[in-house]
Amino acid sequence: MVKADWTIYEEDYWAINSVLKELIENSNSQSVILIDKTGQLIASVGLEPEFDLMSFASLCAADFEANAQLAMLIGERDFSTLYHQGSDESMYLSRVAQAIILVVLFNKRTTLGLVRLRVKKAVEGLNTILNGLFEKLEYENEDLKEFDETFAEELNREIDSLFQD
Amino acid sequence: MSLINYSSREINCKIVYYGPGLCGKTTNLQYVYNKVDPSTKGKLITLATEMDRTLFFDFLPLELGTVKGFKTRFHLYTVPGQVYYDASRKLILRGVDGIVFIADSQRARYDANIESLYNLHENLEEYNLKVDDVPFVIQYNKRDMTDIIDLEELQQELNPEGHPDFEAVATRGDGVFDTLKCVAKGVLKKLSQN
Repeated sequence: MVKADWTIYEEDYWAINSVLKELIENSNSQSVILIDKTGQLIASVGLEPEFDLMSFASLCAADFEANAQLAMLIGERDFSTLYHQGSDESMYLSRVAQAIILVVLFNKRTTLGLVRLRVKKAVEGLNTILNGLFEKLEYENEDLKEFDETFAEELNREIDSLFQD
Repeated sequence: MSLINYSSREINCKIVYYGPGLCGKTTNLQYVYNKVDPSTKGKLITLATEMDRTLFFDFLPLELGTVKGFKTRFHLYTVPGQVYYDASRKLILRGVDGIVFIADSQRARYDANIESLYNLHENLEEYNLKVDDVPFVIQYNKRDMTDIIDLEELQQELNPEGHPDFEAVATRGDGVFDTLKCVAKGVLKKLSQN
């Protein structure tokens, strides 16, 4: 039996994906990435970034968290959105369903105003899906039934072969 | 926080290296980064000051092979050791699945080890966690230095509960993989037992 702290099921993933795809099209942005607050990558749509997505996800989560702490220092609960402007590429980050971060990468093909507007709508859709998912997890958090005790054993063998001097 | 994604068929787990300043947390990660097969590792991210002191964290994603259709990934993080950076340490601990505490064996760092371990307990409490709730491994690093503390004394002070422990010289790689293997297996065991 394998249980995680949280799980994304196939149907939720595709529902999330369709909201993200709509956001890309409507906002003219390049990539949209969904990350959880601990830095785990959930989904990425649009142009496949040339950088390492795992590192990107962990840095975005850290960025968001560091800014949330700054917000508290100045008496805010948090900053629900962040904007990083580059000369060519820019990023817009928005909190979704408390524990998730939506990141939009865009360039001069669009404007911050349009991205902000479309993100607002996408966040509403994502909130519904993700809050539904979290509620479901509270009751279900299903076991990965296809895994038996051999699963951990096989992974242990992988660990032994990967981690060696 | 372990995350299972059915659609991309991935399992992700987070391991955090904790310990006092200059105990060798980053050195552990650098050794792992240099030794593992390039196809299994992502980029090593280091947010450090000009003096090579970790400012926010180091990050290294490692990928195990695919088992039963699922790709398992470990995300290794270090925290900044200096007392000053406590807010950063707290953030890195969010969603932790396994902890490695790196102790500096040198006598001069005795108090720093105790202080850092105490700080770990305090910061875990913020997430309603205790050290016993997550797989925890302790590494006694710098065993090659002069004026080091006996293992028995270190154990008594830092690990009276008898969590798995390893002696190490991280600059040479001694004990680095043993420590990582132990915590990684502990994380998977916990995941399959929950």
